[in-house]
Amino acid sequence: MWNSPAEFFAMGGYGLYVWSSFGICAAVLLLEPLSIRARKKAIIRRLKQERLAERFDKESS
Amino acid sequence: MTETNNFSKNRLVNWFKFSSPATFYPVAGKLIPFFWILTALFGAAGLWISFFVAPVDAVQGQAYRIIFIHVPASWMSMFIYLVMAAWAGLGLIFNTRLSAMMAQALAPIGAWMAFLSLWTGAFWGKPMWGAWWVWDARLTSELILLFLYLGFMALQAAIDNPRRADKAGAILALVGVVNVPIIYFSVKWWNTLHQGASVSLTKAPAMAQTMLWGMLLMALCFWMYSIAVGLMRVRTIILEREAHTDWVRQLNEVKN
Repeated sequence: MWNSPAEFFAMGGYGLYVWSSFGICAAVLLLEPLSIRARKKAIIRRLKQERLAERFDKESS
Repeated sequence: MTETNNFSKNRLVNWFKFSSPATFYPVAGKLIPFFWILTALFGAAGLWISFFVAPVDAVQGQAYRIIFIHVPASWMSMFIYLVMAAWAGLGLIFNTRLSAMMAQALAPIGAWMAFLSLWTGAFWGKPMWGAWWVWDARLTSELILLFLYLGFMALQAAIDNPRRADKAGAILALVGVVNVPIIYFSVKWWNTLHQGASVSLTKAPAMAQTMLWGMLLMALCFWMYSIAVGLMRVRTIILEREAHTDWVRQLNEVKN
């Protein structure tokens, strides 16, 4: 169907529209799990710190 | 022994057991990789058909290929809303903490799907209709859906008490359900610039077989993706909201 990569990327003159749609879609779908992973790391770090703080409290008293 | 105990023991699977965040957290963790694999498989097959198998459209040229993400994103934006409202409603009825957390975890993906539907629609509308945006019934009701998602998230974020936030959000989500059939039937009820449904349950689809397959595979990919991301987010929300509990303190990822 496509004779060359250039033809594929041109999308019959609609390259801007097709690739803007697919590009933003890919970006959103990739960033979403990454942002969740960052949020999860933050809460786990907080939980670990709280655990440590509790242990120090117990040891010092 | 009380009667209620017998009742829950006699059933094959006690579903209420899974409504406890402590039980659900590890189960969700095991399911996530499975849904990511399905997302990748359906996505690879769907993209292959979208770009290398489906023939060029006689009227719209290559621009029509936007359909392969536009329609799945639109479907998911509506479907996720219904699932979110159902979870919110369950939370309201049974007062289970996990249901409300599920609703909360689904809202951002639904909002992104609604955004993608509008975005890809704009980039399809520009070359085909000559306009990025028109105040057409289909487009406007989809925009309202995006605002419903954003309103649900904003309302929950604005209320400090999580249980009250859950209740207020659930009512908003349930009232907003009325918008979903409006979006779906808008192309029938009003004379819209937006084309009619490409796939319907009652008629043969108005498109080539290969195009239909590409769209369905992409829809499955988006569906599995939404489940994977939803489970990831609900696990994070569980940790945040159950931070004070003993079982969270005893988790391996917290201990080590």
